[in-house]
Amino acid sequence: MVSRPHGGKLVNRVAQGKRLEHLRAEACELQRIDISYERYIDILDIAHGAFSPLEGFLLQEDYLYVLDDMRLSNDLPWTIPVVLDVDPEEISGVTEGDDIALIYGGEPVAVMRVEEIYGWDKKKHAQSVYKTLDTGHPGVRKTFEMKELLIGGTIDLIKDLEHPLIHRILWPAETRILFREKGWKKIVAFQTRNVPHRGHEYVQKAALTFTDGILIHPLIGWKKPGDYRDEVIFAAYEALIKHYYPENVTVLAGLVMNMRYAGPREAVHHAIVRKNFGCTHFIIGRDHAGVGDYYGPYEAWEIFDEFPDLGIVPLFIREAFYCKKCGGMVNEKICPHPEEYRIRISGTKLRKMIREGKMPPEYMMRPEVAKVVLSFKDPFVH
Amino acid sequence: MSPREPEKRGKYTTVSIPVTLYNRIKELIKDTGFTSVSQYVTYVLREVVAAHEEARYEEPFSEEDKRKILEKLKRLGYI
Repeated sequence: MVSRPHGGKLVNRVAQGKRLEHLRAEACELQRIDISYERYIDILDIAHGAFSPLEGFLLQEDYLYVLDDMRLSNDLPWTIPVVLDVDPEEISGVTEGDDIALIYGGEPVAVMRVEEIYGWDKKKHAQSVYKTLDTGHPGVRKTFEMKELLIGGTIDLIKDLEHPLIHRILWPAETRILFREKGWKKIVAFQTRNVPHRGHEYVQKAALTFTDGILIHPLIGWKKPGDYRDEVIFAAYEALIKHYYPENVTVLAGLVMNMRYAGPREAVHHAIVRKNFGCTHFIIGRDHAGVGDYYGPYEAWEIFDEFPDLGIVPLFIREAFYCKKCGGMVNEKICPHPEEYRIRISGTKLRKMIREGKMPPEYMMRPEVAKVVLSFKDPFVH
Repeated sequence: MSPREPEKRGKYTTVSIPVTLYNRIKELIKDTGFTSVSQYVTYVLREVVAAHEEARYEEPFSEEDKRKILEKLKRLGYI
């Protein structure tokens, strides 16, 4: 059975029909607050139910519970504070209970009911969420760059995302109906920001052996220089699925979501989001959502011990490598051979080969996939 | 308006359980990761409550919602 949404109700804050017309007209009259692309992405995730049960940006009580206890004030697991920061001048004249228009790219994208305006402690926030105050950590750096106040309250989306890959993005209501239509009961999700190599394929197929289907869920819209472009990732996966997966066991769909690099906390968050998409299982890799050496390699696994009530099963599948003696992709748990037989797949090495136009060896990447990636004049983001 | 200061929150309450059960749990959690009976009881209750909540859920989509979504999924080639 498709997973129950987190908190029991799939949130839908996408204004439609007459309400949409009314809110769009109202937004022109309201106080305007400019927001970043990242906050717009948060709004999309809230409105479309990916962040259920959140219906808006966190109120102070929930915010403090999330920092201290990794739960909302109603006891539901929630590990990442989803907050909207503002400068005092931006909201001068706004009082609690007012509606404001959230503006992205010069256009109103959402109407927000300001339920609470509150101060926050950036150091406490960074230490709790990222477990460090080191500004070398991208999440900490962003935290310290945020504005002085937070505002909490419900949002209504009035302008949906426009994206070249919009036809590849599905939201939770859609995947839930899709999984039912396919007759899948056990659904595993795999998050990625990369083109698939043999290690990814191994992990996905290991999970598929005891589930009905897999949601391959590349993060799109968020990229840093050196990452593969979204269209390259999709094309590479399409080739892999076509040549190496049985029919009717995969759904490839993009997810618009910010990466925060909060390591263990973010691993739980990613699992909750996939639960909202209807998945029953979620693959957690080694150092999932980590960056640098801020987190231990298995911290993102250990944190799940604290959440017996998550409602989605984390799958801790070990990193795969090619073993010359076994003659295939294996992992530490199933291969008895010493390191000299093992060839580890390095993403950096793969990128270098692709950049130089070289075909990676078959034990690293399927030739059909490599050909597709190499067919792009420039597969990387700059 | 001026921002609020963080509020102090009462985070725990008391639930009575039989002393015999308390002692049994105390014995059970020796040399485990649980540091107190309260911690163990909270863990177990969360697990049980979540399972009960799970059993009660039914998808809320109307026939009209489903029809629209299925049309979109067909158009996009997902079904």
